[in-house]
Amino acid sequence: MDYQVIWFIIVGFLLTGYAILDGFDLGVGALHLFSKGDHDRRILLNSIGPVWDGNEVWLVTAGGALFAAFPHVYATAFSGFYLPFMILLFALIFRAVSIEFRSKEDMRGWRKFWDVAFSVGSILAAILFGVAIGNVIMGFQIGGDMEYQGTFLDLISPYTVLTGVFNLIMFSMHGAIYLNLKTEGELKERVRRWAFKAYYIFVPLYAITTFFTMYKRPEMLANFSFGLIEPIDQHHPLIQQNHIIVSVVAWIVVVLNFLAILNIHRSLVKDKPLQGFISSALMMMAIILFFALGLFPNMMVSNLTPEYNLDIYNSASSEYTLRTMFILACIGLPFVLGYTSIIYWTYRGVTKINESSY
Amino acid sequence: MTVEELSRLQFAFTAMFHYIFPPFSIGMGLLLVIFESMYYFTRKKVYEVITRFWIKVFAANFSVGVATGIVLEFEFGTNWATYSRFVGDVFGSPLAAEGIFAFFLESGFLAVLLFGWNKVKPGFHLFATVMVALGSILSGFWIIVANSWQQTPVAYELVQDSNGFMRAVITDFWQMVFSPSSMSRFSHSIVGAFVQGSFLVLSVSAYFLLKKKHLEFAKRSFVIALVVAACASLLQPLIGHESAHVAYEYQPAKMAAFEGLYETQKEAPMYLFGYVDEETETTKGVAVPGALSFLLDWDTSYEVKGLDQFPKEDRPPVNSVFQSYHLMVALGMFFIAITLLALFFLWRKKLFDQRWLLKIYVAAVVLPVIANQAGWYSAERGRQPWLVYGLLRTEDGISKAVSAPEVYTSLILFGLVYLLLLFSWLYVLNKEIKHGPESHADMETDYRERHEQFDSFNKSLK
Repeated sequence: MDYQVIWFIIVGFLLTGYAILDGFDLGVGALHLFSKGDHDRRILLNSIGPVWDGNEVWLVTAGGALFAAFPHVYATAFSGFYLPFMILLFALIFRAVSIEFRSKEDMRGWRKFWDVAFSVGSILAAILFGVAIGNVIMGFQIGGDMEYQGTFLDLISPYTVLTGVFNLIMFSMHGAIYLNLKTEGELKERVRRWAFKAYYIFVPLYAITTFFTMYKRPEMLANFSFGLIEPIDQHHPLIQQNHIIVSVVAWIVVVLNFLAILNIHRSLVKDKPLQGFISSALMMMAIILFFALGLFPNMMVSNLTPEYNLDIYNSASSEYTLRTMFILACIGLPFVLGYTSIIYWTYRGVTKINESSY
Repeated sequence: MTVEELSRLQFAFTAMFHYIFPPFSIGMGLLLVIFESMYYFTRKKVYEVITRFWIKVFAANFSVGVATGIVLEFEFGTNWATYSRFVGDVFGSPLAAEGIFAFFLESGFLAVLLFGWNKVKPGFHLFATVMVALGSILSGFWIIVANSWQQTPVAYELVQDSNGFMRAVITDFWQMVFSPSSMSRFSHSIVGAFVQGSFLVLSVSAYFLLKKKHLEFAKRSFVIALVVAACASLLQPLIGHESAHVAYEYQPAKMAAFEGLYETQKEAPMYLFGYVDEETETTKGVAVPGALSFLLDWDTSYEVKGLDQFPKEDRPPVNSVFQSYHLMVALGMFFIAITLLALFFLWRKKLFDQRWLLKIYVAAVVLPVIANQAGWYSAERGRQPWLVYGLLRTEDGISKAVSAPEVYTSLILFGLVYLLLLFSWLYVLNKEIKHGPESHADMETDYRERHEQFDSFNKSLK
C-alpha cells in the first residue's frame, strides 16, 4: 500500500469521525426548535456542551490533512464551491457562538435569536454537507487546469437536493438517538418519538437515495461487483489484484449496515439507548465506506472527461511529505483518540443542569 | 476592485478580526494555570473564586476565536487556491499538525475546564487547565511556523508535478519547521499574547478596585497579572530585537520599510515617529542618528540596506508599514513604563490608592490588542508584494475559479456577521464583568474538601 492510499484512508477516517461526532450535535441543533421551554432547550444545549467543539475539530483537522496530503483537491474544491463554502462557514460560526452566548442573558429576544441561529446554522450545515457529497458522486465540470468551470447553480440538482435532505434527516435521527441517551423523564419520551419519526422518514429516503445513486452512477458499484462492472477510468491495481476480497468485504459491510439499521429500530423499541447510538454510528460509518469504495481511487470526478479526474495520485503532495505527515499522524492520532475517550467518559450519563451549565 | 484586492481585503479583515481573540486565550491561559496552581497548592478559597471567574471570561473569548479561526483555514482554499496548489506540500503540513497536536488538546480539555467542576478531581482539573494553555500555545506555534515559512522559505525545492504545475516541495521537514524566522517570530507573538491576556485581567481587576467591589479577588488578580505583564513587557524588546535582526537578514526590504529607509547608508537613523512620503521617497520625523546601524550590528558605522537596493515593484508599501511598526514599538515602551510604575507603587504598598493609575489600567486593555494587530500588520504588509517571499507574488496566488462579485458578497457578509459577533462578545463580556465573580461564601467547604469528603464517603461504602 502506498502513502497516497494511506492518506486517502486517513482523510476518510477523519471525515468519518467528523460525521459521527458532529453529526449528532448538528442533529441536536436541527431538532432544537422542536423542543419547547427554556429548561428543555438548555438540556439540549448542555447535552452537547462539553463535546461539540472537539467534534468540530475533526472537520478542521480533515481540512488541514486534505491541504497537506492532497493540495489540488483542497484548492479545486474550496475555490470551485466558493459560495457554498462561505455559507457553510457562516452556518458554523453562528452555531458555535450561539451555544456560548445563548444562556448568558435572560432576555427572551436574546435567547430566541440565538436559538434560531443555532438551529438554522445546524440545519444549513447538515444540508450543505449532504449536497457536497451528492456532488462528489455526480462529478463536476473540472477542466484540464484542475479548475472548476461550472457555476453555483450547477451544484444544485434533484439528486444533490435529495442527498442534502437525506443527510439532514440522518443527522437529525442520529441526534435524537444521542438525546435519547442523554435525557430522562418526559423529555426522553419526546426525543424518542422524534427518533422514531426520523427513522420512518430515514429508511425510505435511504432506499430512494441508494437506487437513485445506482441508476445515475452505476460505476459506483464497480468495487462491489467482483470485477463485473467497469469503473469510470480504470481499477486501482490494489483493487484489481484483490477484487474478490474487496467485493466480499464490501458486501459484508452492506449486510452489517442493513442489520445496524434494523437494530436502530429494535433498540428504540426496547429502549436501549446506547445500543441504538452505536448502531446509528455504525450505519453512518458504513455509508461513508460505501461512498469511499465507490469513489476510490478518485477524489473528485470530472464529468467532462475522466482524464481530468483528481485522483489520489495526480492531486497528492510529494512522497516525502506524505511519509513525514504519516509519521506525525501515527504519533498524534492515538493521543487524540485517548483524550476524546476520556472526555466522553467524563461526561457519560444523563445531562443535568448545574451551576457551570450553559 | 479586482478579485486580488478583494481577496486580500477579506483575508486581512478576517485574519485581523480573528487575531483579537487567540492572544487573549493564550495570555489568559497562562494566568489560569497560575491562578489554579495557587489554588491547588495554597487551598485558599479566593483562588477558587478567581479561577472560576476568569475561566468564564476565557470561554466566551475562546468560542469566538474558534469560530473565526475555521474561516482562515478554509480561506487558503477558497480565495488563494493557486497559492494552495503551489505550497500545499509545505504549508499544509503545519496546518494539519496544528489540528492533530493542538486543536484536539485544547478543545478536549476545555470541556473539563468549563464543565469539570465537581465532576473531576481537582488535580485533574488543574491538569486540564495546563493542557488547554499548552494547546493554545502549540496552536500558535504551528500557525506561526506555517507563516514563517512564507516569510523566510527554506528546505524546499521547486518541482514541476505531473500536471504541469510548479510547486514547492519539502526537502527537510524539521528544517522547514524551524525556518530562520520561526522561533523568533513565535516567541515574539506568544509574549505579545501574554501582555494582551494579562492586560485584560488587569483592566477588569482595576475596574473592581475603583468600584470597591470584590476587593480581595481584584487585588490578587491584579498583582499576579501585573507580574506577568511586567515580565512579558520587559522581555518583549529583547525578542523583538532578535526578530528584527532576522527580518533584516532575510527580508531587508521589509526592515527598510519598517524604518522608512530609502537610501542605503552608514549611520542609519532610527525614527521615534515620523512620516514617509512615498512620492518623493523621503522620511521626515524625529530620529536618533546612527541608532538603526547600531542596533543591527552594534556599530553606528554599519551600512544598512535601503529601499534603493530593490526595484520599485519589489518594495512593500512603506508609510503604512512604517507607521504600524512604530506604533507597535511605542506601545511596547508604554507597557514597560506603566507596569514598572505599578510595580513601584506595589513595592511602596501604595498601588491600590493610585486611582488615576487604576483608571489608566481600565482603559489600557485595548492597547496590547492594537500593538499585536500593528505588529501583525507590519509583518504581513512588509512581506508584500510577495506571498511567499522571493518565490510567489501575491497576485499570482489567487483563485482562478472565483469571481469578484462572489468575493464582494462574502466580504460584505463577513463585515455584517463579524460586527454582530463583536457586539455580542462585548455584551457578554460586559455582563460577566458586571455580574462579577461568584461569592462562594455560602459554601462552607471548598472544592477540594468537598471532593475529599465525597471520596471518603465512597470508600466507606466499599
